[in-house]
Amino acid sequence: MDGRPPGRRRTAWAEGLDQLRAAAMTEPGRLRAIGAALALLVLVFGAVTAWQVSDRAAAARDVVARSQPLAADAARVYRSLADADTTAAAGFLAGSVEPAATRERYADDLATASQLLVRAAAGAPGPEAADGAADPAAAQIARLNELLPRYAGLVETAKTNNRQGLPLGGAYLRYANERMRAELLPAARALYEAETARLAADQQRAVAWPWWALAAGVAAIGALGWAQRRHYRRTHRVFSPGLLAATVASVAVLLWLVAGHAVARAGLGDAAEHGARSLAALNAARIDALRARGDENLTLVARGAVLTADQKDFYEVGFRARMRDLAGAAGPGQEASGGALGAALAVADGEAGRRPVRDALAAVREWQERHAAARAADDRGDYERALRQVIGGDGSTGASFDRVDGGLRRALADAQERFRSAADGGRAALRGLPVGAGVLAVVGAAAAVLGIGRRLSEYR
Amino acid sequence: MGTRGRGLRDLRAVLAPVAAGMAVMAAAAAVLVPALGRGSGPWGPGADAGPVAAHRTAGPGLPQAAPAAPGCTPRTAAASLRPSAADGPAVQRIRRKGQLVVGVDQNTYRWGYRDPGTGRLEGFDIDLARAIARDILGPDAKVVFQAVPTNQRIPAVRQRTVDMVVRTMTINCARKEQVAFSTAYFQAGQQVLAPKASPVTAFDDSLRGKRVCTAAGSTGEAELSRRSHGARVVTAPNQLDCLVRLQLGEADAVVTDSALAAAQAAQDPAVELKGTPFTDEAYGVAMNQDDPDLVRRVNKVLDDYRRGGDDSAWMRAYRKWLRADLPGIPGPPAPEYSD
Repeated sequence: MDGRPPGRRRTAWAEGLDQLRAAAMTEPGRLRAIGAALALLVLVFGAVTAWQVSDRAAAARDVVARSQPLAADAARVYRSLADADTTAAAGFLAGSVEPAATRERYADDLATASQLLVRAAAGAPGPEAADGAADPAAAQIARLNELLPRYAGLVETAKTNNRQGLPLGGAYLRYANERMRAELLPAARALYEAETARLAADQQRAVAWPWWALAAGVAAIGALGWAQRRHYRRTHRVFSPGLLAATVASVAVLLWLVAGHAVARAGLGDAAEHGARSLAALNAARIDALRARGDENLTLVARGAVLTADQKDFYEVGFRARMRDLAGAAGPGQEASGGALGAALAVADGEAGRRPVRDALAAVREWQERHAAARAADDRGDYERALRQVIGGDGSTGASFDRVDGGLRRALADAQERFRSAADGGRAALRGLPVGAGVLAVVGAAAAVLGIGRRLSEYR
Repeated sequence: MGTRGRGLRDLRAVLAPVAAGMAVMAAAAAVLVPALGRGSGPWGPGADAGPVAAHRTAGPGLPQAAPAAPGCTPRTAAASLRPSAADGPAVQRIRRKGQLVVGVDQNTYRWGYRDPGTGRLEGFDIDLARAIARDILGPDAKVVFQAVPTNQRIPAVRQRTVDMVVRTMTINCARKEQVAFSTAYFQAGQQVLAPKASPVTAFDDSLRGKRVCTAAGSTGEAELSRRSHGARVVTAPNQLDCLVRLQLGEADAVVTDSALAAAQAAQDPAVELKGTPFTDEAYGVAMNQDDPDLVRRVNKVLDDYRRGGDDSAWMRAYRKWLRADLPGIPGPPAPEYSD
């Protein structure tokens, strides 16, 4: 400045800076700056809180209203497909004229799978999602939509051949089953896993601590404390009602934020810990049971036509593997020796959650005994007897399977309900917090401005 | 000519009148087989095993173990024990039980399959099993059919869960070490099956570049790996699965046993057998090696079954089950005996 030639016009910026510097030298100027800064800090605190809490509330809503239902739908797609396959084999075994109930159940399974796939497609971001990466769920949905009609075609060809009395029907049914186990079920599983991953991500988003809001709160309260200390030093007045009110409002927002978030976190965490884990274990068990049943039926369809490398019946080997997945190593009278049912029992909540799983486990043991009897009959060459023991009414392995499936269905409904109520409890804790934080912040900012204004008026 | 060469030649003479070389082979077999039957052939098992005939008197007393398969070669494998109507211990055992337990197939159309409409087993093998039961147990014979998967045929016979297996079972030396066989009741061989309009003509270079399906672990797979004729091999768990692949356009041709190929053709009017069988596979009834009297009895039944020229029981069953898809077979293969 000094070196500048006189008469040269100075910039507006430089002039403004000078004025500010001059104002800062005087107490009123300083007070104005402090008042503005306090109001800004409190407002920022309120705004960041409202934003971050809204974000978490949205994530919590997504968990309950979108990703969890989609994950449950994906599990149902998986289940419907496995059920369709199992039912097709059962209908086939019943002879050239399929029972109406079996036909309906098969048709329902396919219809359910199609409808759920449409719903899942609506819930999934399109393949041309914003981030450019293909959405894994959308890719699996497209694949399932392509595979499902082909599978249905194979099953119809199998039925047509069977009606004409041709053993070729059995070969078609086995081929359809092979497509199911090699292509459709893995795709459905991948869809389920993609939806479950999205559920976990939403859950994570909902329970993440709002660090920016907490930091803004600490900064605002700290600044208010400092301003009041300064006020006390200069005026020896203990209270500045305006600043005090602003502090109370800010502390209230901070406490509400911490408490609300902690409660929401607990609720959603509980939903994730127990509900989601229970649901996952039960879904796994249900699929294992369905696939074991499918293999049991196919053992009778294939009649020894397909063998493993070591000359064992392919489907019987599959049945045993599925049963091990379901209930661990076979052993009579054991509570839960492992497997998906053991896992489900371990994470089940309360007696209401455990009872249906125990029922299912008991039915699995009964199923295993009956299955052994049916196999023995078939191995003796008594095919009709084996058939009756597998697809006959009461006393058949089919009846045991229905009990297993029924128990798991009840357990799933219970776990679903628990998930829902825990997650809803968590969500409720955040309700009103964004608006409340906004209103309190405006009140707090206004109080801070008024408090400073009162001091300022003493200089006029 | 009392050798199995004749049945084989008859089949070929009609399916494709060539096989001059085979006639030479058959003639050679005619010379060699009797020599072997006396246990003195060049493939004889050695002094300890002794002549085959020495073991074969199914006299009274304890049933004697039939010899494993001394001196068995692919050419002599189909030779069995001479027929006899005598009631030996095994036949008497079946009489006491009052029922004949027969291991059969339930997946092979026209041979042994379960009619989904009636739930009953039907087919060429099933008819033969009923004829055997009638001979042993009388006109109201009770037959218990046990569905035996392919891998259980030999264990079922050896463990006596069945009295015999009648199930498109090829006679060969490896199996003869474990079970005893009747004389051949059908002459089959690996053959090509393709759509009627297909350019594939036989097991030859017309297969070049084609996808050829065969059952995993089957004779067809072994033959294709020996000479593929430029075909790409597709394997399926079971021969019938190959027809599924063919119908779905995932394969262009199928290589399997002619009898099974015929069973496939019977289920799909758009496909047919191409060319002639390019291997020899004779089907026999498998029985326990400790039941030589039963083997003789079954051979006697087979003799009766074959007798009667065009009106024989064999020909009637052939016309009923097989002729539509395996046309031109003039009669059953001639029996061969090792004693």
